[in-house]
Amino acid sequence: MTAVSSPPKIDRPLNVIVATDCGSTTTKAILIEKIGDNYRQTYRGEAPTTVEAPYDDVTRGVLNAIAEIEELSGRKILDGDTILTPSRDAKSGVDIYISTSSAGGGLQMMVTGVVQNMTGESAQRAALGAGAIVIDVLASNDGRLPHEKIERIRSMRPDMILMSGGTDGGAVTHVVEMAEYVAAADPRPRFGSTYMLPLVYAGNKEAQEQIKKILGMKTALKITDNIRPVLERENLAPARHKIHDLFLEHVMAQAPGYKNLIEMAGAPIMPTPAAVGLIMETIANREHLNLIGVDIGGATTDVFSVFEGTFNRTVSANLGMSYSISNVLAEAGLTNIMRWVPFTIDEQTLRNRIKNKMIRPTTIPQTLDELQIEHAIAREALRLALIHHRSLATALKGVQQERTISDVFEQQTSGKTLIDMMQLNLIVGSGGILSHAPRRIQSMLMLVDAYEPLGFTMLAVDSIFMMPHLGVLSTINEKAATDVFVRDCMIYLGTCMAPIGQGKNGELCANYELTFPDGKTVMDQLKFGDLRLYPLEDGQKAKLAVQPAKSVNLGSGAGVPVTREVQGGVVGLLLDGRSRPLQWPADQAERIAALTKWFDSVNLYPKA
Amino acid sequence: MAHSYTPGLTVTESTVVRRRRLLPLPGKILVSGGDRVRSDQAVARAELPGKVYPLNLANQLSIAPDEIHDYLVKKEGDLVQKDEILAENKPLIKWFKTEVRSPIAGRIESLSKVTGQVLLREPPRILHLLAYIDGTVIETIPEQGVIIEATCSLVQGIFGIGGEVWGEIVLAVPSAGEPLLPAHLKSSMKGKIVVGGSFLSAETLVKAKEVGVAGLVVGGIHDKDLRALLGYDLGVAITGTEQVGFTLILTEGFGTIPMASKTFKLLSSHAGQKASISGATQIRAGVIRPEIIIPQTATSVSAAAQMQREGIRLGDPVRIIRDPLFGRIGEVSALPSDLTKIPTESEVRVLEVKFADGERAVIPRTNIEVIEG
Repeated sequence: MTAVSSPPKIDRPLNVIVATDCGSTTTKAILIEKIGDNYRQTYRGEAPTTVEAPYDDVTRGVLNAIAEIEELSGRKILDGDTILTPSRDAKSGVDIYISTSSAGGGLQMMVTGVVQNMTGESAQRAALGAGAIVIDVLASNDGRLPHEKIERIRSMRPDMILMSGGTDGGAVTHVVEMAEYVAAADPRPRFGSTYMLPLVYAGNKEAQEQIKKILGMKTALKITDNIRPVLERENLAPARHKIHDLFLEHVMAQAPGYKNLIEMAGAPIMPTPAAVGLIMETIANREHLNLIGVDIGGATTDVFSVFEGTFNRTVSANLGMSYSISNVLAEAGLTNIMRWVPFTIDEQTLRNRIKNKMIRPTTIPQTLDELQIEHAIAREALRLALIHHRSLATALKGVQQERTISDVFEQQTSGKTLIDMMQLNLIVGSGGILSHAPRRIQSMLMLVDAYEPLGFTMLAVDSIFMMPHLGVLSTINEKAATDVFVRDCMIYLGTCMAPIGQGKNGELCANYELTFPDGKTVMDQLKFGDLRLYPLEDGQKAKLAVQPAKSVNLGSGAGVPVTREVQGGVVGLLLDGRSRPLQWPADQAERIAALTKWFDSVNLYPKA
Repeated sequence: MAHSYTPGLTVTESTVVRRRRLLPLPGKILVSGGDRVRSDQAVARAELPGKVYPLNLANQLSIAPDEIHDYLVKKEGDLVQKDEILAENKPLIKWFKTEVRSPIAGRIESLSKVTGQVLLREPPRILHLLAYIDGTVIETIPEQGVIIEATCSLVQGIFGIGGEVWGEIVLAVPSAGEPLLPAHLKSSMKGKIVVGGSFLSAETLVKAKEVGVAGLVVGGIHDKDLRALLGYDLGVAITGTEQVGFTLILTEGFGTIPMASKTFKLLSSHAGQKASISGATQIRAGVIRPEIIIPQTATSVSAAAQMQREGIRLGDPVRIIRDPLFGRIGEVSALPSDLTKIPTESEVRVLEVKFADGERAVIPRTNIEVIEG
């Protein structure tokens, strides 16, 4: 479960709702109105976030963004610096104002555990699920010497610390030792120097008294249930709730203008990623889906997954498309980026261009080749963020496993990743590069190339980035959130069918028969190296019968035929015969020819 | 209507800047409101707590943690010298005696009966916070720091590395379009702020280090040369703590780009004067750009000018900050309000820029920067 403490009870009808998301650079406002029996998102406004000098007041940006909605909709929402609530008539006021925030760099946390890949990872998952950026994980066995740990705690200036460690009733020594290090470091919060750093203790309950003695006077200590009461079970919700409460009480209250924002809002302000996580989790649970959601921003890429009901979130703090674009190059390497670029460009020019985007992050590609370079970088940022997510979205480590004779041949260690691309039903993309791609097929192919989905996978994007707003809305009015989500937020791109297997270009990958809703049938062969796109409108379903080649697997085993009903979308049905894992020709000219063929086959870019 | 603004870099002959100088932790303020200060003058002082050394006495003496008090020679709060005995056992046979000695000179900060650990802390280190700019203290924040105000010429760069330094401005090239070559750097430039033109090569960077310049200000640099200078690929533009021997400020960006003539002229006109520069850049929430502050001798201090732009106007001087016309400077000649489809097929708000040669180009509004000042 994601971080929601106690949703407020609203007894009046909510017919007109204004919601904002205060991002690091832009504050985005949306207006939601009840039209007939359903809620719809009707108008949208945005303005620069004003958390910094010269304004130093986040509400300025909020009021500016709402003023834009006022202008577009003709509805009077503001009376000076006040939001008119509740709605008075058809043309004035709103019933509630709600908001999320990631301004000021979001919620930055440091977590501690005893064993790095057990309580350390559980604490990390708890913090990430609450919408935080984890700036470091300290553990008794993390390989750092004690004085190095103390120096590290002192030099980082987190917004909050989460301490975990030990199972209930187990040894207390290590967790107390870590508390002594924290006390010795006397960490200071990032904002302000006059208040005490919030610290959540969610470790061995036997150590609570010791922790109070050591840290009670030095930090704003909150004690909650152990996140790992026994090795076999994680209990993250209480710690997440505490983090969320402290985020509002301490961290946000320090940021410029947030006291006013909290007063203006009719529901608690949520950290943006927590709100997005909540909406992702809601979709997965409602539709009984396994899903991966990604929000690729300018500075960070958040990945959310729900597999068999287990929610996970990770944030790759330095993978993004503007502020962190240069870091994508540093982490992925030039070769990995260039493999997606269908032309040649010298290394120096490309490096300079990427750095120039980093120092001027608000610029947009003006030419087609610049757009293609940005899409290439996005593929790598998405790919790296998913690798990061896989490593943390795992089953619990350190759990004793019962083995039977059948495991002799296939032993798995504990802590296997939960991400199974063959079981994945839906990928949801969000963030500027995906939501605002000039052609929707560009978003679809970026996601397919980066994630290499297997079997049959639906893809969707957030139309104009409103998932955070809907996440917080779902805590007070689930119907409104669901209505808008289904009708205005989610844009289904279509389905991707990708068999697992390798083959030479031109060799048979699979035979298929595609029956459209109007009864029209297409029978054809999918060859290795092929990428095919069939239009299939949103809401339509087609029947796809596939006979994979002998060594090719579509989920039921090598060469076993599969028939599935596939859903359409604004792009359609994509048949991907480009091998899994994806293969590129080693020769540069051949690679460019292959990319050009793929891109042309789905009409990815306008012809130059 | 909601305010819209286009961020720009300030290049101005005269303005008033205020700089908050804050200690990392509470300390003592050394100046008073109204005092004139020099850039190298300490305005506040703090004691940085010494490093902490944990030492597990229980393990070293092979005793239970709650027994450590029986073996201690020193108590909590005591001062200790390096190698001084902290704890010892008292065996019947002398040969089995174990002594635990202090690895540092400092103080015993705490003892734990749960872990058997003693925490030793080195003596505090004194940190002096310098004024950074020549100016007047207009406010003191008790225990935290001061605000210094100065009337000055100000040039903001786009990107920099290295911390705060000061020195005399010296021009190394005759024009804004000329690259800064190793031959331009003379030994007389040691400790000075050297202004180049369009570009700085790896060889020039090596020479600058040899000469010992305090700072370098140029139009552009290749990313690969920056990587070679730093020894790593800079992933995120948060800088200011690099120690490469000098502070480097780029006024235009990456590549070979002539310094904007307004910037070059302004710096030229102040050659021989003292400037304070900082390479600290943070391109995220709370943008920090590198800066060159040239204090003016005038002592009268007026209220700080708040530079707030609201929208772009016809005739505004602008710099194009994205390919294919990256680095070109012109003025706004039209501001169509409708969305325009650009070659990527995105529909965006654009403006028309007229260049000095009379040529015009349509550019997305997000891809220009107003040259302010």
